[in-house]
Amino acid sequence: MAVATAPRRGMTKTERRNQILGLLFISPWLIGFLLFALFPLLASLYYSMTNYDFIRDPQFIGLTNYVRLFTIDPDFWTVMYNTVYYVGFGVPLGIAVAFLIANLLNSDIRGRTFFRSIIYIPSIVPAVCAAMVWLFILNVQYGAINGILKTMGWATIPFLSSPDLAKPSLIMIYVWAQGTAVVIFLAALQDVPRSLYDAALVDGANAWARFWNVTVPMCTPVILFNFIMGIITAFQDFTLPFVLTGGGPMKSTEFYVVSLYRNAFVQFSIGKASAMAWILFLIILVFSVILFRSSARWVYYGGEK
Amino acid sequence: MTSASQTVGSKPQLQQHTRTGSLSATKWITRFLVYAMLILLGITWIFPLYWMIISALKDDPQIYTVPPVLIPNPAFWNNFYDGWMRYDFNRAAFNSVFLYSVPVTIFTLVSSMVVAYGFAKIPWRGRDALFWVCIATMMLPWQVTMVPLFIIFKNLGWINTYLPFVVPSLFGSAYFIFLLRQFFLSIPEELSDAARIDGASEIGILWRIIVPLSKPAIAVVLLFRFLWSWNDYLGPLIYINSEAMQPLALAIYRLRTLATSMGTTSMAYPHLMAVSTLVALPIILIFIFAQRTFIEGISTTGLKG
Repeated sequence: MAVATAPRRGMTKTERRNQILGLLFISPWLIGFLLFALFPLLASLYYSMTNYDFIRDPQFIGLTNYVRLFTIDPDFWTVMYNTVYYVGFGVPLGIAVAFLIANLLNSDIRGRTFFRSIIYIPSIVPAVCAAMVWLFILNVQYGAINGILKTMGWATIPFLSSPDLAKPSLIMIYVWAQGTAVVIFLAALQDVPRSLYDAALVDGANAWARFWNVTVPMCTPVILFNFIMGIITAFQDFTLPFVLTGGGPMKSTEFYVVSLYRNAFVQFSIGKASAMAWILFLIILVFSVILFRSSARWVYYGGEK
Repeated sequence: MTSASQTVGSKPQLQQHTRTGSLSATKWITRFLVYAMLILLGITWIFPLYWMIISALKDDPQIYTVPPVLIPNPAFWNNFYDGWMRYDFNRAAFNSVFLYSVPVTIFTLVSSMVVAYGFAKIPWRGRDALFWVCIATMMLPWQVTMVPLFIIFKNLGWINTYLPFVVPSLFGSAYFIFLLRQFFLSIPEELSDAARIDGASEIGILWRIIVPLSKPAIAVVLLFRFLWSWNDYLGPLIYINSEAMQPLALAIYRLRTLATSMGTTSMAYPHLMAVSTLVALPIILIFIFAQRTFIEGISTTGLKG
């Protein structure tokens, strides 16, 4: 990977040519990075320390937005609680279910491709379409699930209209859309060397022991990867809660980015929204670092690296 | 790429472990349980999509009947046409395809390929350091840059156009630069060198040697970039503010409003389900025809659906 990065005194003609060509080839990214990443990043940091509504000039107010969010803001802690609840239950549950399904798919079965497709398709269907059909399925009056419950003479379940059930309902839909994780796990399972299972078998390990002592350790790098990706994306989930519940009932599904969007583009509280964006950035960063740090204790890298 | 891509779709590796004679009864029970669980999971996973299509074929009385109608009789195939024509979905489809998905996908591919070539095939000083910066930008939650970018594009007069999506795609996308670079690195240097001796320019080498050898990676970029732009909801929600300019994802929401406001005699629910089916259909069809590319893209790079 490391080629010609060592600084040298004079450059040969080819080296000089390569230096110019290399920079020329990557220049679109470099310009894009400066214009659409670095500059907005710094601008956002600045806005987060101002009072700004798109119309009047931004007024610098230091860390006031952050202090207000943490202390007197009526919604911030509700939003934080909702999001942490969603991420905290949804991501581990999603990983557990995805890992289980991947193991089922990896056993000696026919129709693996067929089952894998069925599990995977929900994760690529447009979130709006998925939200629309779930909205309909979970409806208290006409939804399919409550229709069945009514037929049985049982009580209906207000999935999306009860503040207690709205979050678990969204978590259920989140788990349903974890096909990507299943595919990643399946690929990892198929990479586990057979010799390890053979050795375990010789040692007299039963299926359960083989699962915990061979399969799980060999998949820990991928579990870590899915964990980090899961946390990053779940913290940023927007379309599903926005379309399905609009944050309700009683703000029970007002998740972080839904609230951020509203603050920025409905309330025009740009300062507050920018502060929220930076807090989110730091939360994701801290979680990722903690997971990476902890990984030394539970992730097995096969003796390499 | 990694070895994961080679083993996807390969034969199962766990099958013969229980072949030790008397275990065949347990083996059959296990196998039965695996199938039972997979079928149960499969039905659960596919049910929402089944329900979406089935509900699209019902009329209002069938939609609201308890017990729920599992197979509509009679089926109202006209719903697809009527729902589509209820609002100007032809225009929305035009916007989604020609103003958003297609240009963004093509520009992202071309720009990312050029940049990836600069990062993979030309040796120059500082290359690896800048590549790490490029990777680091993938960790940046886009909410952080969302508000300043909006302000920039608003000042440029790009609100209610697709320029906020199309123009940044000319500068490459970190994910795909990473993916393509990894792929380019696996192409033997001797091929490029031979072409250089024959007097080919770097662009010529990229076009005539690298591109034809990178078809699998190019397919992954095309598929996922198309998928993301087709499914994008928040982006258009921020930038598009007239109904005529809305992409499909946003236009569907108009039917949802109708469904929740007009009650049980408006045909709004069947039409909502019909249009949702039509919008999800291209994605499902693309998946069916390009399944290998999808699965390889995910298992080698962890791309989210």
